Amino acid sequence: MASVGKILRRTFLIGSAAIVGGVAFGAYYVSRPAANPLKPAEGETALSPFVLIDQQGVTLFAPRAEMGQGVMTTWAALIAEELDVELDQIRVLHGPAAAAYYNSALVGEGLPNKGYDISDFQHNLGEALGVLGRTLSLQVTGGSTSMKDGFERMREAGATARETLKQAAADRLGVDRSELKTQNGAVIAPDGTRIPYTELAEAAGQIEPPQVELRDPSNWRLLGQNLPRVDVVGKSTGTAEFGIDVRPEGLKFASVRINPKLGGEMKGFDASAAEQMSGVEKVVDLGNGVAVVASNTWLAIQAVEAIDVDWGDAPYPPETDAVFAEIAKAFDASPNSTMRDDGDVDTLPDGATEVTAEYTVPYLAHATMEPMNATALFTGSALELWCGNQAPTLIQIRAANTANLDKEAVEVHTTYLGGGFGRRGELDFGEIATKVAMAIPGVPVQTTWSREEDMRHDYYRPGAMARMRGAVKDGQAVLIDGKVAAQSCTQQAVQRYTGIPGGGPDKVLVEGFFNQPYAVPNYRMSGHIADLDIPVGFWRSVGNSHNGFFHETFMDEMAHAAGRDPLEFRLELAKAEHAPSAGCLQAVKEMSGWTGETPDGVGRGVAMTYSFGTPVAQVIEVVDEDGTIRIAKAWIACDVGLALDPGTVEAQMFGGMIYGLSAAVMGEITFSDGEVEQYNFPDYDALRMHTAPVTEVKILETNHHLGGVGEPGTPPSMPALGNALFDLTGERARTLPLINQFNLLV
Amino acid sequence: MATDLKINGNQHQIDLPDDVPLLWVLRDEVGLTGTKFGCGVAACGACTVHIDGEAVRSCQVALSDVWGDVTTIEGIGTPDAMTAIQQAWVDHQVAQCGYCQSGQIMQAAALLAENPAPSDTEIDDAMQGNLCRCGTYPRIRAAIHDAASKLKEA
Repeated sequence: MASVGKILRRTFLIGSAAIVGGVAFGAYYVSRPAANPLKPAEGETALSPFVLIDQQGVTLFAPRAEMGQGVMTTWAALIAEELDVELDQIRVLHGPAAAAYYNSALVGEGLPNKGYDISDFQHNLGEALGVLGRTLSLQVTGGSTSMKDGFERMREAGATARETLKQAAADRLGVDRSELKTQNGAVIAPDGTRIPYTELAEAAGQIEPPQVELRDPSNWRLLGQNLPRVDVVGKSTGTAEFGIDVRPEGLKFASVRINPKLGGEMKGFDASAAEQMSGVEKVVDLGNGVAVVASNTWLAIQAVEAIDVDWGDAPYPPETDAVFAEIAKAFDASPNSTMRDDGDVDTLPDGATEVTAEYTVPYLAHATMEPMNATALFTGSALELWCGNQAPTLIQIRAANTANLDKEAVEVHTTYLGGGFGRRGELDFGEIATKVAMAIPGVPVQTTWSREEDMRHDYYRPGAMARMRGAVKDGQAVLIDGKVAAQSCTQQAVQRYTGIPGGGPDKVLVEGFFNQPYAVPNYRMSGHIADLDIPVGFWRSVGNSHNGFFHETFMDEMAHAAGRDPLEFRLELAKAEHAPSAGCLQAVKEMSGWTGETPDGVGRGVAMTYSFGTPVAQVIEVVDEDGTIRIAKAWIACDVGLALDPGTVEAQMFGGMIYGLSAAVMGEITFSDGEVEQYNFPDYDALRMHTAPVTEVKILETNHHLGGVGEPGTPPSMPALGNALFDLTGERARTLPLINQFNLLV
Repeated sequence: MATDLKINGNQHQIDLPDDVPLLWVLRDEVGLTGTKFGCGVAACGACTVHIDGEAVRSCQVALSDVWGDVTTIEGIGTPDAMTAIQQAWVDHQVAQCGYCQSGQIMQAAALLAENPAPSDTEIDDAMQGNLCRCGTYPRIRAAIHDAASKLKEA
């Protein structure tokens, strides 16, 4: 961690700015500060504020979207740790859309290295490249980057605020700053007198912040503990405000239908029936779809469904089989990338046994619990937009372009997210709400999608195929030669966000494929991009979500061909390449009491995926109960380097696994006549209380770098389950979802 | 024609068509947004409320069919005065995104009213209609057991 700290201290200065009646503290990039979204008084230093203190109290800004991952709480704790405030006595807010809140870790993730073998030089380069995030206004919550991004910056913001407040107190008392202490939101004078921060804030705003040293982790009060989530009371009483809950004065309600042949045009529509329906106020032509504004959401949904629309065709093959035929075609073209090419895969080593397999996984929907929605108020010269979103600056720009306004004329309010999983990093729901609001200037309108509209208009996890060839000799893997083919989420997203076609090697397509920590001497992994126009996007763990299944199912097939125990086979290869990954395998082996043997009617599978800087190993146990197979137990071990809040890490590991298992068991988006065939939860369901396994999670902290936690739990779950089913039944799972092949309890 | 509804102890006159589901009456007319829209087809449980103490999916109950007193998440407790089950949800840090939790809590409250000491299987049976995409199930289970024992002591 020391090297990271050093480069960050060189790169960032910590500043303070006087605000009316108080002070704001934060970090800014040395060469060109981003404008302060909290509007300091004119002539003051612009900085990105994370701490704001005025007479009313202490407010911390956690400008990452809270979509359940606990980021508000942990970001606040990073600040509070150094500032000496208690989490239950402060306010934590999302903060407005602003370039100052850029995500430095996200851009660093794009470097073409494996991650686990990263040198300090490369790691520092990644951190330095992170400043590009500001240039690109990447205020994004995604890529499991929040803690990597905030770990140093937030603590420095807290420490700077503390020392500046102490200096203000020292000036007032006529003593040296070193004689003062801080505790629970106050500076403590040598005689024990408490001076609350709120009383010192105004004076602190006039002081140049001193240099600070971060506290040694051995002295942490909050970090490393299970902290009470700042959002938990609101979310247990129905008072937490999601996008769908905002109720500005005079609110109208709308619903929308976009061409179900995704990307197709709208040739025309007849809304005469809808216009006669109760409560309908306006029908809005969106160009590629229609919306109805009404006096409540249900009336709007009924009316929008009553519109007779003539839809144009989809710009992709209309049936699932033809879509996958197109994906398979990508194998014939030269690869988009070969990010691993070790040894010689073209020559089968003497005496080695060749293993081949082909795998297919379907398109998947995000299916957040809260359907897509946004609320907008357009006045002609300005736009206010309320929504749960993972990218406020991007949605601000999109709304501004839609309404033909300057970015500054668009105010984005980020609410809690009723699930994100990557879906709320898209901008469509904000754009549609903007268009609807523009049809009724001066009136706030909430545009809510029906579940069916949400399910059938996603940016889907791309369907993907893999062709794997490997070789084993003397019980060891000696060769892996893999090809994955799928649409490129990255290229499509770059086009969507910037209007410029994306290009170049797509690391996301092959993440979890080329960068797995196994010592195999001949190892080549390539990515092939399928040329299709189905809307695809970032689904929890992204490329790892299919590559984890491909890689780890194939590892199992190779272990089987080598006559080895699949856990021992992996452990041996991981030990020689990456100790933290081997540690995770060792941990699940011990936790599960893995012997390689299971009683009749019980099957066990193992898998390990290194993603977002965190290796995660899982063992899953299935049981045959009178012909129905139930996922009974699971063991998860992860190495996150440093667990800032172990309770949150555990919840994310389990939740990530459940999200993956849900997809593995029953998740499947298919196409017919160019339309998605799944409408709602009955045909796109997920694991529930009775189908979720009893699970034990172990958090290891030997990894050299701080790893992500929101996504890495997802990839190994799918192969671990498939491998367990092989152990139980002798049938290999090479295609998802598994419900099509096995009689799983749902 | 206005329909009379008693919601959380308060009388309301609702001037909406008979077939508007209770869910949307609560959310868009009365302004009680704690009850959530998830699917509209009784497949996720996010809209669960009580009618005369019974857990129902409010997206499937037409305004004219509401047969008794309605209780929503706002009616069982508030941030300053949480009911035992809400306190158990806080103590076990159940919520992640939190969107489904109003429905989960209302379903669990109805379960505990009927069965003060449910087994794991009984919890499975009662709660499997309530979907959670974050996967908070283990903590929901723990919170229900905890609330059950606290209610027994009380």
